[in-house]
Amino acid sequence: MKKRGWGSVALNAPYTVWSVIFIVVPLFIVGYYAFTDKNGAFTFANIIELKEYGDIFVTSVWYSVLATVICLLISYPFAYFLSRQSEQSRRLQMMLVMLPMWMNLLIRTYSWMNILEKNGIINNLLAGIGLEPIKMIGTPGAVIFGMVYNYLPYMILPIYTVMSKIEPSLLEAAEDLGCNGFNKMRRVIMPLSLPGVISGITMVFVPSVSTFYISQKLGDGKIMLVGDAIERQMQAAYNYNLGASISLVLMIMIIISMAVMNKFSDEEGGLVI
Amino acid sequence: MKTFGKIFNTCVYILLYAPLLIMVFFSFNESKSTSVFTGFSLKWYLELFSKSDIIEALSNTLILAVLSALIATVLGTVAAVGLYKMRSKFIYNTMNTVTNLPMMNPDIVTGVSLMLLFVFAGRLLGFAEYLSFWTLLIAHITFNLPYVILNVLPKLRQTDVSLYEAAMDLGCTPIKAFFKVIMPAIMPGVVSGALMAFTLSLDDFVISYYTTGADFQTLPLKIFAMTKKTVKPDMYALSSLIFITILVLLIVINVLQEKSERKLKGEFNKK
Repeated sequence: MKKRGWGSVALNAPYTVWSVIFIVVPLFIVGYYAFTDKNGAFTFANIIELKEYGDIFVTSVWYSVLATVICLLISYPFAYFLSRQSEQSRRLQMMLVMLPMWMNLLIRTYSWMNILEKNGIINNLLAGIGLEPIKMIGTPGAVIFGMVYNYLPYMILPIYTVMSKIEPSLLEAAEDLGCNGFNKMRRVIMPLSLPGVISGITMVFVPSVSTFYISQKLGDGKIMLVGDAIERQMQAAYNYNLGASISLVLMIMIIISMAVMNKFSDEEGGLVI
Repeated sequence: MKTFGKIFNTCVYILLYAPLLIMVFFSFNESKSTSVFTGFSLKWYLELFSKSDIIEALSNTLILAVLSALIATVLGTVAAVGLYKMRSKFIYNTMNTVTNLPMMNPDIVTGVSLMLLFVFAGRLLGFAEYLSFWTLLIAHITFNLPYVILNVLPKLRQTDVSLYEAAMDLGCTPIKAFFKVIMPAIMPGVVSGALMAFTLSLDDFVISYYTTGADFQTLPLKIFAMTKKTVKPDMYALSSLIFITILVLLIVINVLQEKSERKLKGEFNKK
């Protein structure tokens, strides 16, 4: 396949044109809307208005960081135990992990809302044994729980993938050389599984920080995240300029955190998806 | 340690499946409630099939998923071949970054950026309605493309170039040599890319929410509209049907995979 010239141009042209029009240009248009007013005149007003959204950005990042950490704390031992099992059982269990991921996020989240509601299943059970109902919907805990539940498989899968590739002979060698269980974990398994952890972190953090359905349903509309702010401007207030400026900041924030994460993974040998 | 691991992992599975099983359970509820079970009934399933808007949303979703996966697969395969043949390291890296952008960006940013593009272009061209089925289709093709390219590119790298050259030496035109030699070799990547594109398109809510017109509703958009009000168990019946379909599909894929692997192993042993 070494022939060049017109053939190569013909092969590359359709995708290049497509990606310029529908990937690159839209990002510039977000920038254009962010720095103009309704009539298309240049302005900094939208960027200045972002001051009022500072709290929302902080809340979103904070909740997503918490959700990511909790996902990691659950997924790491889960993936480790899973990778120690027989091949037959692992195959079946991978299917079990992936199945909920294939259900739409809206359905999964709505179902939790029904379980946690004031008159929901948990509170009905509590009333049945004579206890006071607990308020769960509308609390930060419920929103963070929703993020953990929905994105948990995204953390399990990459960690499990790297862990299942660790040769058992490596662990035996560590044992022969006098490592105890803790040192085996710290010196062999942890460094080798780091790329999986890093891609898991990005795969949970990015959708968490930009979600709006989870906070709408489990936060009962009382908890505003960046996603809610964008959705409100784009679909209710029709202030596309402000919506674009919030999106722009969200995008820049994520690009920066991705660059930091990539720096980590470059040193450790690439991302695993 | 072993028993602790079993207990821990079982707890995670219970957490993962609790809402799904509860949903299936309450879809059989006799009353309107989704938290108090009063008796067994199939009426919500019957009601579901009598609603034409849900059937329409389902067929819309399938049409969109098939079309967008098909176009993305063709365009993405051509793009992967082009990227593979690319000589300039700089252009290759730039294209790679651009390809990764929709996967890196949160869905909401991709959705908003495409919506603003369509609004901008629509105003410029003087359309009355900026968003329609066509804008939705473009959006789906756009977010499907990187997944097709990422599935095809590694297969191309594994393919032996000398086979292609041999075919040309034996008198094939480049296009014929491509379809006779390269295409069969990269087919598994093309198929898995197409399948991935299809499922991503079926499942997408966020990007569709920003890019569809008022007259074209997909199933996730319909579910979103249904959950704005208090939900009756008919939404649960719909979700249960989706759940069962996915379960059956996954089992079938798994069994087929195991069968083909066993066959391979058998052939290997015979030799």
